[in-house]
Amino acid sequence: MSDQFSAWQLILNGDAALFAIVRLSLAVSLSAVALAAMIGMPLGALIALTRFPGRSVLVVLLNAMMGLPPVVVGLAVYLLLSRSGPLGSMGILFTPTAMIIAQTILIVPIIAALTRQTIEDLWAEYRDELTAMDVSRTGRMATLLWDARFSLLTALLAGFGRAAAEVGAVMIVGGNIDGFTRTMTTAVALETSKGNLPLAMGLGLVLVAIVLAINAAAWGTRIWSERQAG
Amino acid sequence: MASRFASFASALVFGVLAGLVSAGAQDRSIVVASTTSTQDSGLFGYLLPLFKAKANIDVKVIAQGTGQALDTARRGDADVVFVHAKSQEEKFVADGFGVKRFDVMYNDFVLIGPKSDPAGIKGTKDIVAGLKAIQAKAAPFVSRGDKSGTHSAELALWKVAGVDIAATKGPWYREIGQGMGPALNTAGAMNGYVLADRGTWISFKNRGDLAIAVEGDRRLFNQYGLILVNPEKFPSVKKEFGQAFIDWLISTDGQAAIAAYQIDGQQLFFPNAEKKGS
Amino acid sequence: MRATVSDLPLVLDGVSLQVGATTILAGLSLSITPGAPTLIVGPNGSGKTSLLRLMMGLAAPTAGRVSWGGRTGSKPVRRAILFQRPVMLRRTAAANVAYALSQAGTPRNERAGRAAALLERVGLSDLGQRPARKLSGGEQQRLALARALARDPEILLLDEPTASLDPAATRGVEEIVLMAAQSGIKIVMASHDLGQVRRLAGEVMFMVRGSLRERAAAADFLDRPSTPEATAFLRGDLVI
Repeated sequence: MSDQFSAWQLILNGDAALFAIVRLSLAVSLSAVALAAMIGMPLGALIALTRFPGRSVLVVLLNAMMGLPPVVVGLAVYLLLSRSGPLGSMGILFTPTAMIIAQTILIVPIIAALTRQTIEDLWAEYRDELTAMDVSRTGRMATLLWDARFSLLTALLAGFGRAAAEVGAVMIVGGNIDGFTRTMTTAVALETSKGNLPLAMGLGLVLVAIVLAINAAAWGTRIWSERQAG
Repeated sequence: MASRFASFASALVFGVLAGLVSAGAQDRSIVVASTTSTQDSGLFGYLLPLFKAKANIDVKVIAQGTGQALDTARRGDADVVFVHAKSQEEKFVADGFGVKRFDVMYNDFVLIGPKSDPAGIKGTKDIVAGLKAIQAKAAPFVSRGDKSGTHSAELALWKVAGVDIAATKGPWYREIGQGMGPALNTAGAMNGYVLADRGTWISFKNRGDLAIAVEGDRRLFNQYGLILVNPEKFPSVKKEFGQAFIDWLISTDGQAAIAAYQIDGQQLFFPNAEKKGS
Repeated sequence: MRATVSDLPLVLDGVSLQVGATTILAGLSLSITPGAPTLIVGPNGSGKTSLLRLMMGLAAPTAGRVSWGGRTGSKPVRRAILFQRPVMLRRTAAANVAYALSQAGTPRNERAGRAAALLERVGLSDLGQRPARKLSGGEQQRLALARALARDPEILLLDEPTASLDPAATRGVEEIVLMAAQSGIKIVMASHDLGQVRRLAGEVMFMVRGSLRERAAAADFLDRPSTPEATAFLRGDLVI
């Protein structure tokens, strides 16, 4: 067979298509993490610092939503962005933008829920000191988020891990279009369905290696900057 | 410091988003909802660069089952459908979702089974007799079960064989609700029979103990059709580009390209676009 | 603008604090005015910490009222507090002070200069760029003092700030407190260290079981206590 080569040979040969897939996967998942952080962190901090009726229901809901099935999110976003859906006129179904939106929705609950827990714990420690300094509510949120930055890195990594690993949502809203919306995970699914199991496994290992490298880099950064900042 | 980080992060994200969106907005591209058989067999990987060189139009293929591909188009999310279930396609056009259906090419189905051949049908050319034997011996059979073109063809063949599959199916008949590749993987894993399109079978890598059991019956003929999604229903349809793609595929050039695509020296698809439109 | 508002006199009027069935503070009425340092002494559990928290406005009384310069709103304007174990923000020492300055409304362009001056005042000039959490206990308490002074307070409340410090670190903190007192800041400090009372106090408030039992000039209290509980406390007996 002419194409009996492994994913490792693709890497060693610097295969352009493979690198395009890796690049797209990272661009989509990292953008989703950044967007989800901008939404989820303030949201988590707000819930941590606010008392209102129904708060515990919201907290339980948020925790439960950490387990949102990717296909369900994908389907919901698909129906929303479809030409026949409410946002169809934007014309972004089957684009990387749609994939970023779906993954963002998927991981906002993770980041918000982990942020809420972290900020609530830190607030217990900081409450008196910040109250004595007469810090405003937004000031408290900003201070706690910044001071919890090392713990919150774990929340970001959890979100990134979920985004990078999911296949259901990006498959539905991205369409797995060759060279345009094909990510590591949808490529693995495709190669599996073509019966090309060694290549699928190789791609899977590449994905695991990338996720591992990003986690190691983040962990190293954390250790280093914790040493700097205390 | 925190706010500086936030503004940096937002600049980053919006930069990425803007880049991706603008890349999507200025393009000469169409979305084609097609089937796993055309993609998994590698046909599109061969045809699309030729079309791109000719027309400078990018074709983005969403590979789904025929039923799902038609649903995608019915929602206005594709410009062209390229599928293989004639009755479903004709209904799609009759309901006003498509402009016109064009025959483009055919391939054929083959019945795949384990080399041990528990139903004892290997070598027969009669697909109906083969299916009857499978049912009689309750040999494991994997059905796509996903409303795809292959699934419709399989159901139609059971009907011709006089087997009421809905009433008689037992544990030997397994509907997996997945694409052609997974169905072949499943059949390989459980030593079962499965109906597959020849293109996917030839390019399938994980054959294990599977081999062709029945082929060559005229009832295994598998016609592909091309339809432009109705721009009157969905103004977003890129009708010039979509029609250009259809016109090229049914032109002498396109037909020759289809005929030229081979794997391991075997031709997978046979162009037959002469009867224009139906 | 800040100068026109005052947090003094600090007045407690019939203040009680009840947590569940337990009475923490019982019917306190007192007034704090500018002057020499006031030290609050009394056995553990006598309500010193709760009293300071009410004075700061961190807790609300269950009965009576607390007022600052005639206002009952608890927003801390010209007052600051030092806790027994201060919480260091996860940033450098200088950034901790700059943070307090920004919360006190200091314009951005003045913060660096004033932060440096405050670090100088508490003897931490060399440690400004060190992460605050990496400082020793005594250094952290001095940094917390710099943060409190950043609020330009008229009154500084201190809750046993040297309880967990060694003598050298305790002296460092006491020197800063005395300096602050000399610059006109009213000091109200809880302590169970009679030596410290002798070193710092202008007057003493003696508390037992949530009540103010005695309030007198320090010398009078230490030499001629007027209640049997105070006599016992000064002798080193357990006062219950």
